[in-house]
Amino acid sequence: MMTYLIRRLAYAVPILLGVNLLTFSLFFMVNTPDDMARMHLGIKHVTQPAIEAWKVQHDYAQPLFYNAREPGWRALRDTLFFNQSVRMFALDFGESDDGRNIGEALRSRAGPSLSIALPTFVLGLWVNIGLALMLVWARASWLDRFGIIATVVLMSVSSLFYIIAGQYWVAHLWRLVPISGFVPGADSWHFVLLPIVVSVMAGVGNGTRWYRSIFLEEIGKDYVRTARAKGLNESRVLFRHVLQNGLIPILTGAVAVLPLLFMGSLLTESFFGIPGLGSYVIDAIQAQDFAVVRAMVFIGSVLYLIGLWLTDLAYTWADPRVRFS
Amino acid sequence: MGWQPVVLWADGLIWLTVGAVGLLFWRGADNIRAGWQSLWRQPVAMAAGLILLCYVGIGLLDSLHFRLRLPAQAGMSVQYSVEVNSVLDVLIARLSAYQEQSYSAPLAKHLFVKMPTTLPDGHLVLGYPELTLYQAQRLGRDEQGAWRHWPEKVRLGLRGVLMGVLLAAAMTLLFAGWQAHRGGVSLRDLLRTAWQGKHQLPWRTGWATLTVLCVLGAMMAEWSTVYHVLGTDKIGQDVLYQSIKGVRTGLMMGTLTTLVTLPLAVGLGIAAGYFGGWVDDAIQYIYTTLNSIPGVLLIVAAVLLMQGFIETHPALFDSAASRADFRLLFLCLILGVTSWTGLCRVLRGETLKLREQDYVSAARTLGVSDWRIMGRHVLPNLLHLILISMVMDFSGFVLAEAVLSYLGVGVDPAMASWGNMINAARLELSREPVVWWPLASAFGWMFVLVLSANLFADSVREAFDPLGQRR
Repeated sequence: MMTYLIRRLAYAVPILLGVNLLTFSLFFMVNTPDDMARMHLGIKHVTQPAIEAWKVQHDYAQPLFYNAREPGWRALRDTLFFNQSVRMFALDFGESDDGRNIGEALRSRAGPSLSIALPTFVLGLWVNIGLALMLVWARASWLDRFGIIATVVLMSVSSLFYIIAGQYWVAHLWRLVPISGFVPGADSWHFVLLPIVVSVMAGVGNGTRWYRSIFLEEIGKDYVRTARAKGLNESRVLFRHVLQNGLIPILTGAVAVLPLLFMGSLLTESFFGIPGLGSYVIDAIQAQDFAVVRAMVFIGSVLYLIGLWLTDLAYTWADPRVRFS
Repeated sequence: MGWQPVVLWADGLIWLTVGAVGLLFWRGADNIRAGWQSLWRQPVAMAAGLILLCYVGIGLLDSLHFRLRLPAQAGMSVQYSVEVNSVLDVLIARLSAYQEQSYSAPLAKHLFVKMPTTLPDGHLVLGYPELTLYQAQRLGRDEQGAWRHWPEKVRLGLRGVLMGVLLAAAMTLLFAGWQAHRGGVSLRDLLRTAWQGKHQLPWRTGWATLTVLCVLGAMMAEWSTVYHVLGTDKIGQDVLYQSIKGVRTGLMMGTLTTLVTLPLAVGLGIAAGYFGGWVDDAIQYIYTTLNSIPGVLLIVAAVLLMQGFIETHPALFDSAASRADFRLLFLCLILGVTSWTGLCRVLRGETLKLREQDYVSAARTLGVSDWRIMGRHVLPNLLHLILISMVMDFSGFVLAEAVLSYLGVGVDPAMASWGNMINAARLELSREPVVWWPLASAFGWMFVLVLSANLFADSVREAFDPLGQRR
């Protein structure tokens, strides 16, 4: 099993290289450094020397893949691809276009992002599993039918609506929590409370529906019939057998998104003024700061691949029958 | 007055799609036709389908574009207007005919904000001026007879209800007559079984839905002669007009994005499953790589690059409409490129199973070519999965439009869309007194479309995949 997991880990390298090639060609070949300089210096009234100066200042002056002027392996090293893309493998992200260190910003912004994403994730999991179990317990009754309709309705509401409505009623009209903002430390709870509740609300329709179908699938299996035949009552069947077996796909699925929680949420953070990674990306988009966007794409891919790897790990741990060749 | 048809790229694609889908159900594989027939037997599908049909009708009317000929001038060749209009624009021109100065509430007679106004005696005061639409249309409308004691809103509303009920009844009867003619039964018998709920189609649900739709439509039409039914926004534009114009954008996002994902998912999915080996490895590598890039970031990056392209190549776009059209298509393209992987994975797995079937090995021994096996024996058995995933993804793409427009990377800012409406109205809830109608209208129109699409998708899944192979 160890060799399998190590091989899966090695599998990530060509994928990350592919991601890098793709983003590099998007950001440097479709949109050349000259275009970037023009965008930052203003589209009109810009001279070629000014563009060259900007490129040198921001380390964009080298050729793309092969530097013919340098000898030996420096011909490959002194290139944009090496300096802008490959060095990210060493988690060195360089500076954003406004001259600040990206790595430092990432470290200071991961905390606020997590303070919303992690509670949302845990609470959402609990709420969704609880509601799904309730619907399965009351299956084929009016409660179940009402629940299904409610989940479809909740799914059909735009996530923007949850945020806007939550801010309007809870924060603006009832004044229970501040509308937006953030302070570090223990006092942050009343700033993160509303974003968490809103995010859980936005995910409840989809999650409950999905988990309900997982539990329903479990409940049709042979071991459930055996358990009933043994004379176990319904709640014991549901909470011991169905819940335990249904949790395997749910938790292994949850493990996959766990690392991505670091990325934060673009929408929630920008609406609630949380200084996390999501709002970092939004600010970068608005300032057209491609260095930051590129770094975030790379980190996102790394986290996604870690998630895939953790899923493999979780499968072997949760179900001993799973063996890999 | 002359006119010249203008076919925008998105228009052409959407009409082609409608034709292709129609052909698929009319002359397509047997399993598709059977599923289609059992689909309409579900009451939910009937209700949701009729509402969707309404949206699609509006969207298609808004996809027939033309340019008017300018008044002829001596010594000049024929000139056409720069402005591109659609058939829908002509039909609902009345809604946008009167521009107000600023906000006005739904069905209001006066402006919502204070403006300096001139009184008849020449004094200038700060007050709530009467709306231009109300001023212009109310004149000469003082009714005679018993009606005149009723408030105008109630009078117009009641007339709308009456017209709507009659219209729905007429449409139901017309359809019933056609069905009776086709089935060779008398209209009377058909109506009786339909009323008792014993017919195979859910007539009562269909009739009730049609009545609600017609009544709402007729009421809005009646009210809109004198009022702004859903109020006006900050710069005084009619909110109902904008919401209706947003239908096309929402539908386009849903449909065209699905259209982009289909060839990628179907082609690569079947190829990966059928050929296996290095083809499978390569395709799996491609979709894992694409999947691992955060979708929103890829979309944002691509849209930013595209904006730069439009800015540096203004000569390629001859009108504002074609620029907006290009942006919409590009958005659908990039959204599609980031979201074909799910279906691809499902189809790959399903093809792996189908490849081992006896009829496939039989075909192979008989020397049928790979392409023919994939086209004749594999693809038809995947059609139901493709159809289900098409309708299930649709609503997600409609919702994505709003979020992307809010992030500033959505459709052209000048294009009417619900996302742009929400974006423009984002600060209105915090002003005092609160302005809620532009937001409520955009969210409401979007919600009804997405909800009926979701319900319809559930019914489609039930009709085409009764064993529940795919959740």
